[in-house]
Amino acid sequence: MSNYILEMNNISKEFTGVKALTEVNFKVAKGEIHFLVGENGAGKSTLMKVLSGVYPHGTYSGDIVFDGKVQKFDKIADSVHAGIGIIYQELALFPDLSVYENIFAGNEVRRGSIIDWNQTIVQAKGMLAKVGLNVNPETLIKDLGVGKQQLVEIAKALSKNIRLLILDEPTAALNENDSENLLNLLRELKKQGITCIMISHKLKEVIAVADKATILRDGRTICTLDASKGEIKENVIIKNMVGREIEDIYPKRANKSFGDNILEVKNWSAFDTQLGRHVVKDVHLHVKKGEIVGIAGLMGSGRTELALSLFGNPKAYKLQGDMLLNGMPSTFKHTSDAINAGIAYVTEDRKGNGLFLIQDIRSNITAANLRGIASKGVINENEEVQVAQAYKDSLYVKAPSIEQLVGNLSGGNQQKVSLGKWLFVGPKLLILDEPTRGIDVGAKFEIYSIMNKLISEGMSIIMISSELGEVLGMSDRVYVMAEGRIKGELSIEEADQEKIMQYATQ
Amino acid sequence: MNNVVNEAPKISGHRRPSSDETKPTLLGEARTLLKVNIREYGMYIALFVIIVIFSIMTDGLFMSSRNISNLLDATGYTAVLAVGMTLVIVIRHIDLSVGFAAGFMGAIAAILMTQAGIPFYVTIPIILVLGIVIGMFNGVLVASVGIPSFVSSLAAMLIFRGALLQVTEKTGTINVPSDHFNAIGNGYVPGITEVGGLKLLSLILGLVAILLYIYFEFKNRTNKQKYNFEVVSKGMFTLKLVFVSAIIAYVTWILSGYNGFSWTVIIVLGVVLIYHFLTTKTVLGRHIYAVGSNPEAAHLSGINVKKITYIVFGSMGLLSALSGILYTARLQSASTTAGTLFELDAIAAAYVGGVSAAGGVGKVTGSIIGAIVMASLTSGMNLLGVGISYQYMIRGGVLAAAVIFDVMTRRKRG
Repeated sequence: MSNYILEMNNISKEFTGVKALTEVNFKVAKGEIHFLVGENGAGKSTLMKVLSGVYPHGTYSGDIVFDGKVQKFDKIADSVHAGIGIIYQELALFPDLSVYENIFAGNEVRRGSIIDWNQTIVQAKGMLAKVGLNVNPETLIKDLGVGKQQLVEIAKALSKNIRLLILDEPTAALNENDSENLLNLLRELKKQGITCIMISHKLKEVIAVADKATILRDGRTICTLDASKGEIKENVIIKNMVGREIEDIYPKRANKSFGDNILEVKNWSAFDTQLGRHVVKDVHLHVKKGEIVGIAGLMGSGRTELALSLFGNPKAYKLQGDMLLNGMPSTFKHTSDAINAGIAYVTEDRKGNGLFLIQDIRSNITAANLRGIASKGVINENEEVQVAQAYKDSLYVKAPSIEQLVGNLSGGNQQKVSLGKWLFVGPKLLILDEPTRGIDVGAKFEIYSIMNKLISEGMSIIMISSELGEVLGMSDRVYVMAEGRIKGELSIEEADQEKIMQYATQ
Repeated sequence: MNNVVNEAPKISGHRRPSSDETKPTLLGEARTLLKVNIREYGMYIALFVIIVIFSIMTDGLFMSSRNISNLLDATGYTAVLAVGMTLVIVIRHIDLSVGFAAGFMGAIAAILMTQAGIPFYVTIPIILVLGIVIGMFNGVLVASVGIPSFVSSLAAMLIFRGALLQVTEKTGTINVPSDHFNAIGNGYVPGITEVGGLKLLSLILGLVAILLYIYFEFKNRTNKQKYNFEVVSKGMFTLKLVFVSAIIAYVTWILSGYNGFSWTVIIVLGVVLIYHFLTTKTVLGRHIYAVGSNPEAAHLSGINVKKITYIVFGSMGLLSALSGILYTARLQSASTTAGTLFELDAIAAAYVGGVSAAGGVGKVTGSIIGAIVMASLTSGMNLLGVGISYQYMIRGGVLAAAVIFDVMTRRKRG
């Protein structure tokens, strides 16, 4: 009856009280390339996980109609069996196995219960030809570049006879050339009748290849644009992506006055030897005393990497360029040097690398500045208790006592402990990486108020954030990053959601 | 064993002792404290139960002066290893080489004293420094080269085993003629005189320990009161003082009835005191636990994770050397098999003592209790004539039970 290969009707999905998807409708016609576009957290990946059976039937509401039949996938294997293949941004290949072993991993070519390796290699060659990858199938995955690995993933998906291919930000880690190849392959697959859903933040790609584009925002379908009607245009997409009402929950600062540059970075690049590419490239930026500088951009745009490269470089990137602190050239060998120079970095992932979850509030608050409560290397515990108590009170940490284990606190309170730990260091420049991610509105407001108070005491702040409202509400100046570069600098007067998103999706 | 008991249950100074605000009864307060510190108290209760059972089954022979004295002396060389191993496990590593490292360094000590004619008071510092160097080398392999500690220390274990065989190959067992050196493993604090069959100096030492303990507890309490922190009630405080003092007095009394405090016990106590202080009161100690509980966060907090790893492995080497000295002195000789399986005894003691395999959790005092628990089992079962095959199985069961208890209580506390 219809020419839709996939219809997702009224899909809603909830995670312990948080609505990730609300009655999403998403229809994909046979043989088209359909893009899913939206900000971080708009629900794109969740929707694809519902489709591929990562979230089994029954954990969401609504129906999935694939090939004209209502599907109830209990596990990923069910969706694969039906003909849906998904390739995640983080490739799921075995680096120490060969190309052919990878292509048929979990789907081995057998004779009885014994693997037929010769047949495997023959079939692998056929698959590689299909995706236009000209490598020896015995090559190990780790010896291939990311672009070619991506193609192996696609070959692996195609070997399962799928008809709908889903790609989650496939070009995020690819260079220009590899991206172009990949997009050409998609057009090629389309001719072979394979339908494709692609998630991407690069609007150039959307405009170049999409037949249709569906825009999600805050877990809802906003609209579906059709290229044949000429609807897929950059300004239209951006307008629909960001059109969120910004509530005014941002406390105002009375008098803004900025001093000299406290930090200046020139031609700053960081090369990640493990990934084999630059994570930060040719960055110029400066921060004045008493200023909140926002760094906007999407996830993976190099913001955290930039912060780490400035904060003593704990990931051992190869650095290039100059960093000036108060006008003096500085280099840090270790995070402790950065801390001693007056920089503090509150991490994005407070559970993973910010806090000591199995320790109490007291030990967490003093962890970065034990010297401040010790003489000759011996800790004065009474003084420590006083310090911890003072920060617990002034930062409104809600916990029965400072002996409470930090792992048992709520996200907002953990964030405040994390903040307290860094304030006790007495920094001049505070780098906040996603300071309010995953915390409730009340705690957010408290953190914003604390930021304003710190500024009034003469501190400077770099705030990295994916939340546009926060960036626009709190910053004095905004840098927008994408692909490791600063794509634009906006004064707060000229900044708005569209402009930021325009730079972020370049 | 005054120190062990005295540092045991941490009664937190600023935790509300009872929800019953108006007038908490002593019993209620004790119950709350027990509930909060169940993991630590559990070990002491287990030790107590083991002691009582063996005492009853052996008609009191287990608690005789002679047996307790021997038991503690025989635990010495594993106990110091357990102290070092605690820190190694806390920072999420392991060191399998400590047994044969101890055996090897004990043999070197014997060779230096016999074949090179170096006096014992020069030999001991040389061996301790050698231990630090060996430990640091392990630390470099683990932290800078990036070899998993299990593998690097397994390699080191094989190397030390070979080295021990090499240096003792020609001579076989090397007898140590130095009486001073051998006293470290066999000698006792001089009695001076006997009072009612008890060694006077040991009695005085016990008394001093009790007085010091009471002094520090009082100082701690007044300090906390000065800062207006909450402290346990006066009744509970007195009860704790009396209880711990009584245990110190009892152990002193038992040991004085035989030969008094041995040098081994004094050395182990010294090591425990120093390490307890380092781990609980100093910046270095905090950094070690920070690295153990989240290495990445520790690095981002400005802590030099590599340096901490060197220090912890260096200290492990130092204590391996000390263990080798204690063992050689106890046997009055270095043998070709010295140090066999010491590492596993040390690791077992640490786990029984509540060290977490996930890192970041574990106390030096706990590991000492763990070592005593394991030694008590061996001693008690020997007295009862339990076959060696059953002994291994029972000790294995106790180790498993201790870790299961630990996992369960941890889970309950969330």
